[in-house]
Amino acid sequence: MPTTAPAAPAELADVTASDSTLRRFLHGLPGVDAVGLEARAASLGTRSIKTTAKAYAIDLAISMVDLTTLEGADTPGKVRALGAKAVHPDPTDRTTPATAAVCVYPDMVAVAKEAVAGSDVKVASVATAFPAGRAPLSVKLADVREAVAAGADEIDMVIDRGAFLAGHYMKVYDEITAVKEACGTSARLKVIFETGELSTYDNIRRASWLGMLAGADFIKTSTGKVAVNATPANTLLMLEAVRDFRAQTGVQVGVKPAGGIRTSKDAIKFLVLVNETVGEDWLDNHWFRFGASSLLNDLLMQRQKLATGRYSGPDYVTVD
Amino acid sequence: MAFEYAPAPESRAIVDIAPSYGLFIDGEFTEAADGKVFKTISPSTEEVLSEVAQAGEADVDRAVKAARKAFGKWSALPGSERAKYLFRIARIIQERSRELAVLETLDNGKPIRETRDADLPLVAAHFFYYAGWADKLDHAGFGPDPKPLGVAGQVIPWNFPLLMLAWKIAPALATGNTVVLKPAETTPLSALFFADICRQAGLPKGVVNILPGYGDAGAALVAHPDVNKVAFTGSTAVGKQIARTVAGTHKKLTLELGGKGANIVFDDAPIDQAVEGIVNGIFFNQGQVCCAGSRLLVQESVHDELLDSLKRRLATLRLGDPMDKNTDIGAINSAEQLARITALAEQGEAEGAERWSPACELPSSGYWFAPTLFTNVTQAHTIARDEIFGPVLSVLTFRTPDEAVAKANNTPYGLSAGIWTEKGSRILAVANKLRAGVIWSNTFNKFDPTSPFGGYKESGFGREGGRHGLEAYLDVR
Amino acid sequence: MSDKTEKTEPRLSVFKTYKLYVGGKFPRSESGRVYEVTDSKSNWLANAPLSSRKDARDAVVAARKAFGAWSGATAYNRGQILYRIAEMLEGRREQFVREVADAEGLSKAKAAAQVDAAIDRWVWYAGWTDKIAQVVGGGNPVAGPFFNLSMPEPTGVVAVLAPQESSFLGLVSVVAPVIATGNTAVVVASEESPLPALSLGEVLATSDLPGGVVNVLSGRTAEIAAPLAAHQDVNAIDLAGADEDLAKELETAAADNLKRVLRPQPVDYSATPGIDRLTAFLETKTVWHPTGALGASGSSY
Repeated sequence: MPTTAPAAPAELADVTASDSTLRRFLHGLPGVDAVGLEARAASLGTRSIKTTAKAYAIDLAISMVDLTTLEGADTPGKVRALGAKAVHPDPTDRTTPATAAVCVYPDMVAVAKEAVAGSDVKVASVATAFPAGRAPLSVKLADVREAVAAGADEIDMVIDRGAFLAGHYMKVYDEITAVKEACGTSARLKVIFETGELSTYDNIRRASWLGMLAGADFIKTSTGKVAVNATPANTLLMLEAVRDFRAQTGVQVGVKPAGGIRTSKDAIKFLVLVNETVGEDWLDNHWFRFGASSLLNDLLMQRQKLATGRYSGPDYVTVD
Repeated sequence: MAFEYAPAPESRAIVDIAPSYGLFIDGEFTEAADGKVFKTISPSTEEVLSEVAQAGEADVDRAVKAARKAFGKWSALPGSERAKYLFRIARIIQERSRELAVLETLDNGKPIRETRDADLPLVAAHFFYYAGWADKLDHAGFGPDPKPLGVAGQVIPWNFPLLMLAWKIAPALATGNTVVLKPAETTPLSALFFADICRQAGLPKGVVNILPGYGDAGAALVAHPDVNKVAFTGSTAVGKQIARTVAGTHKKLTLELGGKGANIVFDDAPIDQAVEGIVNGIFFNQGQVCCAGSRLLVQESVHDELLDSLKRRLATLRLGDPMDKNTDIGAINSAEQLARITALAEQGEAEGAERWSPACELPSSGYWFAPTLFTNVTQAHTIARDEIFGPVLSVLTFRTPDEAVAKANNTPYGLSAGIWTEKGSRILAVANKLRAGVIWSNTFNKFDPTSPFGGYKESGFGREGGRHGLEAYLDVR
Repeated sequence: MSDKTEKTEPRLSVFKTYKLYVGGKFPRSESGRVYEVTDSKSNWLANAPLSSRKDARDAVVAARKAFGAWSGATAYNRGQILYRIAEMLEGRREQFVREVADAEGLSKAKAAAQVDAAIDRWVWYAGWTDKIAQVVGGGNPVAGPFFNLSMPEPTGVVAVLAPQESSFLGLVSVVAPVIATGNTAVVVASEESPLPALSLGEVLATSDLPGGVVNVLSGRTAEIAAPLAAHQDVNAIDLAGADEDLAKELETAAADNLKRVLRPQPVDYSATPGIDRLTAFLETKTVWHPTGALGASGSSY
């Protein structure tokens, strides 16, 4: 399995030498035809995943969930409940895999750590003045350091979309590398582009490369806080980016669609995208995640249906 | 552990294929005059699906007489009434589309994914579109009160059996003609099911007559003195023969024939979408498509990069049981077609082109051909000139837009072409220079009932689809 | 001014050598042969070139060579040139009236009516060049995220067998629509009455019409038409000047490369033409462009 390397792989070191070289590189990436991209994503969405394949996909999807609570009203009690659920998603069936992580605000990291203690479930924390990202760099870095110090295994940062849209790519790059440095060696960095705000597919491809050049361990679609979050098309595009990046540099980067994925059917479509775009190297929660909350219960109900042959209902999964 | 898709077969139970079928003449199923029958098989398994009456010259005569007899009343109906029959047909096709998709997949060998998502929706849409024209012909730009021609003799191919039927029958009926249609000998079933749909729709007897049979029946239909209109889709060789047959008569003729479409990829193309378009261009329906993008013209500066991407993509194509909803590549339609594809591919190798296919296990029974691409192909290679009508892509290179256009046009065919570039002005300039009837920029193999389709040069003449498609069935010019 | 007026013999007129019009030049027939052209009372009028298959071949080469630039010219430019042809004809009206009267045995008034109608026909078609695309082309409302446009384009090189009876009005009525849309033409003049057609070549040569766009051959229609109908680089053929047997033979030959064939049919050349002769030699090209949304709005699940 390829390992994560430090920022700007040697092959592409020149690219980040200056604002202008970075700009030329990003603008030199092949364009994206929106209709063609969406048609391809929709066509993969027609795959029919049944029986054994469905069972496999549901367990895989459960194991890839970053079970998320990002509310102003989060409390230690809520986070503890979430942690318990992440470790044992279905109390009636201990064969159910644990989720990949719980994802919380930085001030809840310690609580979350405690809640998942003794399991393989990671604690991810959004940082960098999530979700807007509109704070001074020093504040963002402090946010990251606090979360890491509290034990966060993963940091989900948001990029400065304003800087990106203004064409200040180097500023975005520098910010990501600074956050990466603040993550140290213990935390993996997920870089959120807020694709709904970048708006065009060309921008999403450029942001993907920018994030990967700056050392992202994961590239992530969205915060879940804007109108358009993860879609099959933007996720397909980001999968193409990580595929091409590995082909060019040997460095593998993970992908995390987040926001708006609520049903098993949706989740399985994303897994099909992964399977047919980047293949089995990414079919593992080290390299692919779902940022979601309500998705898990639907996966669990579908899992129960497959096990028993009966349709399940919301009373048979836990409400947290 | 890999993510293996479990078999997801579409249920065959939805379609009830009778052990035998007759000819459909004057609203009745009937045996052939000489009692001949032929078997239609499923090309993916070689299983016999049914035994079908085989039309001969006497049956053609009977069908043309029935169509002639029906013509008077049918053409005299108010357009609004003809429209309602066609709307009924469109709706019944929508209701029965799953059944028809399964049937088509069984008889043709193409994947259920395509019959379900492409063929059947387009068939219903075509009837729906032309239904609306039936009472608006005064406004179609062919002068006031344009008249139908009379009896239309129509001969269709096996690659899109029901869709080609729709392309022929819908405009013919909308304009007030009556029809004798001969489906291909390897795919007669969906046309016979269509006959049943005509009965369900209450279409008057004799307005549509279906004559399953071989080339001799098609030739007899084309030559019949009481046919006023001949429409043919198929090979250029047969098209020329038909043109000779109707020479010196008053029969109106439209031909939709072969192609050797160029898919031109410039260095600034949206590469990932171009790869999808190339795959769709040549592997849709196993490449058995007259407008297939069978020649890939790649700008030399992106050749290696594009070929790497293309090969990686081909490795993900799923070949196998056409009834499986996840199958991308189904069976070749017949042993005869498989032999032709095989021979041309061998000739490509013999002439020095480099052959490549992804690792791909072919089923043991049925007719199969792995997705294949040839590199190092030049204009002089047979595989760059002859229509292969199979899943075989010839890759050529070019250096400049001028050269791309010159190579694309360097063929007696002129049906389709594709252009991949992010530069808008180049799309328009190149599209303007290409001598082909249908051009897809940054897409490929898109069809729509409102959109005229047809060729330049030896790809035939006349247009099917859209307002233009009416002209073929009206007594104008 | 001299007073002395000598009685002299009437001035001996200068005969015209009628020549072909090919590639913008006026060659004699490659065969070196001519045939006698007479008026309706069998009086000798002139010798006309007896074109051979090689003349036909040369004319096709010239027409093909001219096709790129002529079809690529703007429709406005083609309209201007067709109008210029009308202007030039107007100036040589008397000559054509005489030639048509001789050729068709018409009174001067009737011949003049024919010529006037022919001039007006050029004006009619001059106006069509930049309108036909709007009449027969257009956008198609396809069900999907695509912008899709169908436009007419010229078929290519068209062989035109000019009508046998109407030596000038008929000729203009079949040639003008062919070139109005950007095709180039190889015209076989009326066999018995080729002189107005050959003279038309002289008008075309001085009307800014690029050489090769119209090529005029005279001779035996059946002899010249056969190689044209079979020619693989001719895209279409107008059989107006062929009788039933010849038309069938030519249509059969034309099938070899699937030429577009306009069969002979009764035509009243004095009536205002419709657009049928324009559309007979047009192809429809449909071009699809993706449109999609402005932004990455996402696809449906």
